[in-house]
Parts: sequence; structure tokens; C-alpha cells
Amino acid sequence: MIDVRRLGLVSYADGLELQRALVDDRKAGRIPNTLLLLQHPHVLTIGVKKDGRQHILVPAEVLTERGVAVFETGRGGDVTYHGPGQLVGYPIFNLDPDRRDVHKYVRDLEEVMIRVCADYGLAADRVKGMSGTWIRSTRDARSGQVSDAKIGAIGVRISRWVTSHGLAFNVTTDLDFFNLIVPCGIADKAVTSLAAQLGHPVPMAEVEDAFIRHFSAVFEKTPA
Amino acid sequence: MSTPVVMPQMGESIAEGTIVRWIKKVGDTVDRDEPLFEISTDKVDAEIPSPAAGVLMDIAVKEGETVPVNSVVATIGAAGEKLAAAEPGKAGGVAPASPVLPDLPDQPDQPDQPDQPDLSDEGDRQKSSPLVRRIAKEHNVDIGRIHGSGIGGRVTKQDILSFIEGGGTPSIDSRSARPASAPLAQDQPPVFRGAGDQVVPMSVMRKKIAEHMVVSKRTSAHVYSVFEVNYSRVDQIRKAKKEDYERAGARLTFTSFIAKVVVDCLRQHKVINASIDGDNIIYRNDINLGIAVALDNGLIVPVVKAAGEKNTLGLSKAIQDIAERARAKKLNPEEVHGGTFTITNPGNFGAQFGLPIINQPQVAILGVGTIEKRPVVVDDAIGIRLMGFLTLGYDHRLVDGAVADQFMSDVKKGIENFDPAQA
Repeated sequence: MIDVRRLGLVSYADGLELQRALVDDRKAGRIPNTLLLLQHPHVLTIGVKKDGRQHILVPAEVLTERGVAVFETGRGGDVTYHGPGQLVGYPIFNLDPDRRDVHKYVRDLEEVMIRVCADYGLAADRVKGMSGTWIRSTRDARSGQVSDAKIGAIGVRISRWVTSHGLAFNVTTDLDFFNLIVPCGIADKAVTSLAAQLGHPVPMAEVEDAFIRHFSAVFEKTPA
Repeated sequence: MSTPVVMPQMGESIAEGTIVRWIKKVGDTVDRDEPLFEISTDKVDAEIPSPAAGVLMDIAVKEGETVPVNSVVATIGAAGEKLAAAEPGKAGGVAPASPVLPDLPDQPDQPDQPDQPDLSDEGDRQKSSPLVRRIAKEHNVDIGRIHGSGIGGRVTKQDILSFIEGGGTPSIDSRSARPASAPLAQDQPPVFRGAGDQVVPMSVMRKKIAEHMVVSKRTSAHVYSVFEVNYSRVDQIRKAKKEDYERAGARLTFTSFIAKVVVDCLRQHKVINASIDGDNIIYRNDINLGIAVALDNGLIVPVVKAAGEKNTLGLSKAIQDIAERARAKKLNPEEVHGGTFTITNPGNFGAQFGLPIINQPQVAILGVGTIEKRPVVVDDAIGIRLMGFLTLGYDHRLVDGAVADQFMSDVKKGIENFDPAQA
């Protein structure tokens, strides 16, 4: 069984705090596997890598002006953008004993996003060596360049097989904000969203419904 | 005694991991299961708990370095143990001075390239000290071909000297520099070799089995109890339900029934599903059922985790799954750990019953003898029934005969009166 919580807009700091508490609860068996669905206000998060800040391309004043917070997290990985219109999924799952394989877990998260894309008639794919969900050979509306573009990003944390963090899926994300950073340090890959691919906005609640449906199927659990 | 900490296997396809952060520093005291370090593999960060309580004596892999899974990354020592005992690069120095090549100057181990990790040798990820590497170079020997008997598979000086002495065939002598916990052939007299005898190095699995068996015999006070069980009733249920199971992708076997009954009885007799840890008894919360699977030239015991939460169908499927994957060599390493009780099946080849060795640190093991039609006395007449022996091997340090026999009596009753609704 999965306890699904739709939280709406949650600050990054509150999100971290909530995850910390839920991970403890999950480890102690006080709560079942739980899926948090939410959006963050504009924020750039930096991992523990030393050169993380190098991948922020604009000075601090520009970030302040555009209302973008910078948050240093304890996770690995590189700099990431979160903001309104981006569906953030944080599964607090105990992978022990039946799903103890972190690669498989990442592949499963990708599978959920691929299936959500398929619901909208969009063929999403994996790119070897790069986690996340990608749209192949798509033309960027502004630059006119054709390249693979990332529609969903993944960053996972595991403590005693209990997961936190998770994925970020661009629904109606304002993709301009990604120009502030080199996403995950990958300079030659573009970023896209469901709305950019379809050419029209999509209601977040509808995408959340599809997400919960596919997530439950991929993880073989019933949503509560 | 010190405990090596290894890079954990976080999934089937994961061969290496990067240490992102050491949460503890050398000299820090850690509790068992307290977070020790963080690793990162392919977008996933994991916090790794300490395998033992004690003092972090040595960090062998620095932050930012990537090593193969199961490499030793640190050593946890008992509180009060000297830090120097586990200094990196010294494992080779622990071996006694070699009687074989006395002309070789026994110089202290000094890194020829400071701060250069041992992994730098191309294609050779095996750990060794600078002295060992120098000997290897002088004799033009590839260290990767030598089995290391030191901590974490480290090639010791003794290993390489025996290797060279043996004309370059991998040494099977493991008496040197072996940690005290692995007492293989400690006092074995020399074995003569006749003309035409074949000398073959043991496989890693063979060595592990050998070690495990000897340790178990030395650790536990083995006692056995044998019960004869009538399988006629479960045979009827099996025939009736066989097709239902096949439709669900499972096979209903005698093992399915035995496993289900054993799990139910373990819940009633907690002392059988337990371990001894020093002067403490650990009564296990979960029932993790080990199933011994014979392989070509070996044996492995994969574990059905949380077997207590499964019904007969779930158990059948899980046993079938791990047994098949064990034979296909597709088990995750963690799937052979954490068992709390084991079932083994010596009857497969016709043995009436076996006297199996306990799978440490468990305290009991069930051996299933061959199941066949036998003449038995039924209501003062002789009838033909499907019968088989079950053997319980148990550790008399913890389990007394009366307790073991009550457990076995319940297992016998459970099988002979199996409720068809439970199948």
C-alpha cells in the first residue's frame, strides 16, 4: 500500500524537514510507504560536489532579482532547478527486503515518467549513462537546435534502504530558469517540459493523477 | 577483534561505488548501525551504517575515491584496540619473515609514491603493499593472478613468495597472515603428493564452504533429532491444488508445505529462530528462511526474507525464484545473508535422512529426507503410506532436547494435519 500525499507548493527547506521526519517514521515502521507530490518555489539546489557553484551561470544579484533561492543540500549530484509547474515526487519507500537494488529503483522512477509521457502521446526514453527521462531529438523553441532534451530528472538518497528525494518532472515549468544553470553539469543537453512538447499547458492535477496511477503499477502497490 | 567495513553492493548491476563523505573520523567511536559513510552510485546517494560497534581505526578509501564493491574501505576495532594495528599498507608486514628467499632484504614498507592508492596498477585492482609490488615486479609476476589471504583479499608477502615458489601456480596455502576468524587448516600436517596426482586450487566458493563448515562445527554443540512424517495428506492436497498453482506461475511441492509449517512453528518456538551473540540470545523478529540449493561443485543458501509474512503460494513462488536464480548464478549477494533458519534437502538423491551442519549464526537446521511409500502400521494393520524422515540439527548451547523435540513434534503434526484451506 502507498500513502499518497499531495502537498501543493512547499518550500525546499520545509520539504527537506518533512522528508527527514518521514524517513525516520518509515525506518521505525510507523508509516507505510509514502509518496509525496508537490511543487517548490524557485530554488537552485547544490550538492556536496566542490564545483557545484560553477554550474550556476549568473551572479547572486540576478538570482535575488528573479526570486530564486539557493540551497545547499547534503546530497551528491550537481546543481538542480526546481520551481512552479514542475511536479516533484519524493517516495519515502523501504526497499528492504524485496527491492534492494538502487539501479532498478532509478530505472523504475524513469519508467513511471516514461508512462506518464506516453499518456500524452509522447515517446520518452532513457539515455544510456544519464539518469532521467529524455525526449529524443527535439527542436528547442528558442535556439532552433535539435538535441535530446531532459523532461524528468532523478536524484535519490537512501538510508538503510529507505528512500528520499526522488524525481522532478517538468509539466509547465518555465524553462528559462534552466538557463541560470548547467543542469546536472551536462552542458550540451537541453531541457524540456510536457507543455513545451505538446504546445499547450496541461493541468497539474491531471498529471498527478496519471503519475499516481503509473507509480502504483510500476511499484506493484495499491494507492491508499 | 577488528571488523572490516566493505563497499556494499547496492544492486545487481552495480560494480563499484564512490565514497562521498566520511561521517565518522579515525578514532571516533561508532555504534552498530550508526551511519559511517556516504556513497554515491549513478544518481543515488546512500548512507552506510557501521557493521559493528567499536572504534573507527582506519579509513582505507578517501572521500571522492571509487572502489569495486566488497573492497575494504575501513576497519572497526574493539574499543581500546591500538590504532596502529590496522594501518593501511601494513598487511604485508604482518606475515612472518620468509624462510624461502632469505636473500631478499626485508625492508620496511614505505610507499614508493606517497598518497598513490594501490589501485593505480593498471587493470589490477587487487590490494597489496609496496613491498609485495616490488617483489612482483622483480619476478615479473602479475599480482592479479594471486589469491590474497590478507584482510579484504590483500596479497601478503607470504602469498607472493609461495606463489613464486610454486612456479607461478596460484597458491592454495592459506595458513599465512590469515585473520584469526578464518581458521582454515591451521594445524594440518603436510599433505603428500603422489606422482600423477592432480593439484587444483579451490574455488572461492569451495573455500568459503570449507571455512563456514569448520567454523560451525567448532562453534555449535550439534545435536540431532529425527522424526518420521506421514506425507499422504499433503500429497492429496498437492494433487488437488497443483493446477491452481501452475496457473499462478508456481509449483506446489513438498518443500512448499514443509516451509509453511516450519514458518508457523518457528513463530511458536522462538528459541529455534534465534542466534547467540556472546552472552546474549537474539530472538529474531523476522523469519528469514534459508533454502540450501545444490550447484555444480558447490552449494549456496539463498534466503527468503520475511517468510513469516507469506502464505503457501507466496512461499512457493519465493523459494522457486531464489532457487532458480541461485542455479543461474543471478542472486544478489545480500540474498544469501540474513537467514534465521535453514531447510536443506539431502533426500533429493535418496538419502533416508541427513545430519546437516548448522548455518551460522543460526541455531538450527532442518534436513528433509527422501519421501517414499513405506509399509506402516495403521490401526493394527499394515498399510502403505507416503513417508519421510525430517532431521533437526540444533545447537545445544541454546536449544535443549525437549524444546527441539516439541518443535519437531509440532512440525510433524502440522504436515500430517495440513489444513487444505491454507494451501
